[in-house]
Order: sequence, then C-alpha cells, then structure tokens
Amino acid sequence: MSQFVINLLFVGASFMLYIGIAIWARAGSTKEFYVAGGGVHPVTNGMATAADWMSAASFISMAGLISVGYVNSSFLMGWTGGFVLLAMLLAPYLRKFGKFTVPDFVGDRFNSKAARVVAVICLLVISTTYVIGQMTGAGVAFARFLEVSSTTGLIIASCIVFVYAVLGGMKGITYTQVAQYVVLIVAYTIPAIFISLQMTGHLLPQTGLFGTHTESGIPMLQKLDEVVRELGFQDYTADVSNKLNMFLFTMSLMIGTAGLPHVIIRFFTVPKVADARWSAGWALVFIAILYTTAPAVASMGRLNLINTIYPDGPSAPALEYAERPQWLQTWEDTGLVRFEDKNNDGRIQMYNEAPAFAETAEARGWAGNELVVNNDILVLANPEIANLPGWVIGLIAAGGIAAALSTAAGLLLAISSAISHDLIKNMINPKISEKGEMLAARISMAVAIAIATWLGINPPGFAAQVVALAFGIAAASIFPVLMMGIFSKRINSKGAVLGMLAGLLSTTIYIFMYLGWFFIPGTNTLANVPDNWLFGISPLSFGAVGAVINFAVAFGVSYLTEEPPQEIQDLVESVRYPKGAGDAVAH
Amino acid sequence: MADKEKAAAYWSANLRLILGSLVIWALCSFGFGILLRPMLSGIAVGGADLGFWFAQQGSILIFLALIFFYAWRMNKLDKEFGLEE
Repeated sequence: MSQFVINLLFVGASFMLYIGIAIWARAGSTKEFYVAGGGVHPVTNGMATAADWMSAASFISMAGLISVGYVNSSFLMGWTGGFVLLAMLLAPYLRKFGKFTVPDFVGDRFNSKAARVVAVICLLVISTTYVIGQMTGAGVAFARFLEVSSTTGLIIASCIVFVYAVLGGMKGITYTQVAQYVVLIVAYTIPAIFISLQMTGHLLPQTGLFGTHTESGIPMLQKLDEVVRELGFQDYTADVSNKLNMFLFTMSLMIGTAGLPHVIIRFFTVPKVADARWSAGWALVFIAILYTTAPAVASMGRLNLINTIYPDGPSAPALEYAERPQWLQTWEDTGLVRFEDKNNDGRIQMYNEAPAFAETAEARGWAGNELVVNNDILVLANPEIANLPGWVIGLIAAGGIAAALSTAAGLLLAISSAISHDLIKNMINPKISEKGEMLAARISMAVAIAIATWLGINPPGFAAQVVALAFGIAAASIFPVLMMGIFSKRINSKGAVLGMLAGLLSTTIYIFMYLGWFFIPGTNTLANVPDNWLFGISPLSFGAVGAVINFAVAFGVSYLTEEPPQEIQDLVESVRYPKGAGDAVAH
Repeated sequence: MADKEKAAAYWSANLRLILGSLVIWALCSFGFGILLRPMLSGIAVGGADLGFWFAQQGSILIFLALIFFYAWRMNKLDKEFGLEE
C-alpha cells in the first residue's frame, strides 16, 4: 500500500468518526448549542478543552520553536501556566455566573452596553485572527499528506466542521474534540517514544530529555550543546541575557491563554462549580502530556537532524548530497527543506552564518549555510527520520488535521455565540424566540465558517503576526476585565470600559509600531529589532504590559467615579460562592 | 456564625489559598525557570541544570499539582462552610 493510500485511510477514518459523532450529538436547544446542555463530565470537558486549546501551532510548529534553545521555553511555561490562572481566578466564578458567553458576564457585571460591545469586539478580533491560523494549518496538512491542493483540502475540512458545528453546536464540538484529542495525542507521542528510545534508551521522552545519549555515552543535552557549538550556534541550554523580555513574554502567553474566550466558554459546559475546578486540572493533564513531550521532540529531533547531516561529527566532512536519506528527498519536494550547494563540493553543510563563526567556516571551506530547514519538519518528518512504519505517518496526518479542526471549531462557536447571543439576542432584538436565536446561531456559524475558509484559502500575508495580536489583546483586555469583575466590587462600568480600551489600544499600537500599521508591510514606525524596543520589550511580549495599563486605568477611573449599584455588588457576591449555581440561567 | 460573616471568612480563605498557590506558581516558572536560573546553575540535571529542568518540565508538573490541590482544598472548603452546590 502506498503512503498516500495509508494517509487517506487514516484521515478518512477520522472524518467518518467526527461525522458519526455529529449525527449522534445534535443540539436541540440554545443551551445545548452554546454550552452542550451544561452536563459535560469534568474529565470529558478536560479532554475537549485540551483539544480546543492545542492548535495546529502546538501540534506542528511548537517543537520546532523550542528547538531554537532554552529561550523559547517561554512557550512551554506560558501556554500551560495560564491554566493555573483559569482554575483559580476565572473558571469557577464564571461557571457560577452561569450564562453562555464571555461578553455576557462583562455586560451584566458592569451593567453596560458599551462594556459588552467592547468585549464582543475584542472577542471577534481574537477569535477571527486565531481561526485563520487554524484553517491555513489544516490546508498545509492536507497539501503535504494527501497530495491535494490546499484549497480542495480546506473545502473538505470546512464541510466536515460545518456538519458537526452547525448541527451540534457546543454539544457536537465537545464530543468531536474528545475524539480529536485522542487522535492528536497518539499521533504526537508514538514517534516521540521511538525517537527517545533510539537516542537515549528511555521509554519516556520526558526522562529521555535528561538521559544519556546512547551513541556517545554523555548526557543528551550536553551532546547537543557540543554539536551546535561546533556549528556556530549558541549552546542549546544557554541562558538568555534579556530576562525582562523572557519574563514578560511568558507572562503575556499565560494571561493571554487565560483570557481566550474559546477556552473560557469550555468551562461553562460542566454541571457544577466544583467540576469547573477539577476540569481545569484535567485539561492541564491532557495538555501536559503533549507539552512535556515537546521539548524532548525538539532537542532529540535537532540532534538527530545534525547527526544525519554530519554522520562523523560536525568537524568531519558532511553528508554527500547524493547519499541523503529518502525522507530528506521527500521533504525537499514540499519545499520545507531546501538545499543549495554553495561551495560545489557535493556535500550538505548546515551551520550558523553569524560573523563570529565566519572564520571557522571559511577555514573549513564552507561558503554559506546550504540547508534551510523549516521548523515544522521536526514534527512532520519525525516518523520518517526515526524509520517508523507508514501507518505512523498516516497518524501524523490525521493528528495535524485534528489539532487544527478542533481549535477551529471552538473558535467558530465563540464567534457565532457572540453574534447570535450578545449582538442579536441581547442588543438588537431581545424578543427573539428560542428557535429564532438557534437559527441565528446556526447561520452565524455557517457564515463564520465560510469567512474562515475564504481567509484560509487567501491567507493575509500577516497570518503569523496576527496570532501575536490575538494573545496580546486577550492578555490586555479580556483577562483583566474578567478578573477585576470577580475580585473587586469597586470597579464600575466607566473603569471597565476605559481600562479595556486602554489595554487594547496600547497593545495594538505597540504591535503596529513594529510590525506595520494594520500589518501593512513597510508601514512600521520603527524597525522591529531589539535595539528599538522600549526597555527591550518585544511587541510579542507587550500583552502583559497592556494588562497592567488596563488594571491601572480601571482602578484609577473607578475610584474617582461612583460606586457600582448595590445589585451589581450583590451579583459579584453571588459569583464568589458556589451555592445556588444550578443550571445555566435561561434568558 | 452569621451567614454574612461565614461568607466573608470563606472568601478570605479562598484568597489566601489563591495567593499561596500563585506564589509557588510564580516562583517555579518565573523564578526558578527564568530569573533565578543563574543561581541554580550549579545543580546539574542530566546534561543541563535545575533551572532548565524547571523551564521545560518542572514548572508544568508544579502547575498540575497546584490546580489539583486548589480544586481539592476549595471543594472541601465549600462543604465546611456549607456553600457547596
């Protein structure tokens, strides 16, 4: 059986599974559509949350990012640490509040249409930018594994999402996310276990990371440090000098994670406040399985790649291009690996072109780095590098698509509920019937899918940068307003609205200043280099600063203006105590 | 104890618990994993140092322990104060 047929079988089987679930889990009421009826078991919700949270970027790209070295540990801590904040500062209280969307809480708590509208705008910007990345991710997985154009792939993927998201709403999405989690975690861990066994003899990649490199007999990370140093790169485990930026970047990812609406609404689906607390823990268990494996995939994958290129060590002659392994040829065809024989010696030299290393390179007769490797290779080609059978590759294909689709569905639900519930039901037409609201929800979902698909087929050139914007806005607007709404009775609507706007604008402006106004290339005010950054803070790390600005403005304005009315203070009291939560309030 | 006092006691117990947990949360990730890493560089962990381990493994494990401890402790507090659902 050819690899193409195997891939097709795996992806096809996973799609059949998702459609089967969609037919079984149709939504009959708005409560089922928005919060899966509010009866999801905490472990089930934890698993669905893990799939909801782990995007195409987590599955395909993160290991490559981490393989740069210690500095990118920020992704590991940031994208997991946010769940601690969710579990203690947001999820239980928002579950007690018991409504359907994030702007619902903001609108009611601050008793303000303006606050609700600002929250809806933030939600739409965050979720739309995020969904573009998922659709392009799914398209890429299709194109690489199924030999169809990414447009065809995307249209197929959208039809699948359409079936279970439009029919089943949150209910359909929850149970497909559980299935998608199983597919993606199996696909991620099996190649990781094999590469760990090959490199270190450890079954668990988590211990293999700190184990001994079998071939050389020295610790794996020490070996990696040595070989990358010989190729002019910084040591893999080297400390960073700009600690402030690493600190703020990690913080931005953490509070950004906690402020993402599509993650927060998952906690509205469990029956009780106590379940929301457990569920956050279970979500992190399922996420941690991938996130503790990723650094092993990153380091071992990088070491393995260097060993392949320099079979006798970095100081000996490199691999001859004519003798390169099959997987390198396969991935050259996709353009993810590119080779150019700059010094015409027929060998593949891969090294760091930094000035400090130029002399050594010249002495070795090297005329520039000849192999450009896309970071996604570490995950995508892992099974082939480790010589695993064809079905593992099929699994990676299904896993990558599952990661993209599960996150896309969660985002689409957040978008459609903000439109049908917050804009239509709560602002434009409060008299709309239950049936009418359901229809509005389904139509907005269908429109959102169509727009997301179109954006996936014609990705704006700035797709990668907008994810930074999504995290920045979530960190600087949504997280602070929710936290203050719960932990302070004194914050009033004026404070909340001005705080959100201050956080939103400061973060957006800082990002636009360096990445281009509205991401139009060439319009940036300052070049995006560390020397230009304010106090060395990169645009990606600014969300945490935006959050501080939001908190400061909200407190300042609230204490200068009137206290919130008694019934609002009573509402804050009521979300703090689990008693009397019961069902989501129908309204 | 009056309901109001009881509720206030419950809430301040919750705040103390959150504060304690977040101190550990910050110490392990931002502390050991980032800012205090140079201090821990003498403690070797398989080819790297303790700070590196915290940044890539340890902090995630601590986060897990913190959430489950918080959930267990709070769900118990709910019952002690008669505030459970």
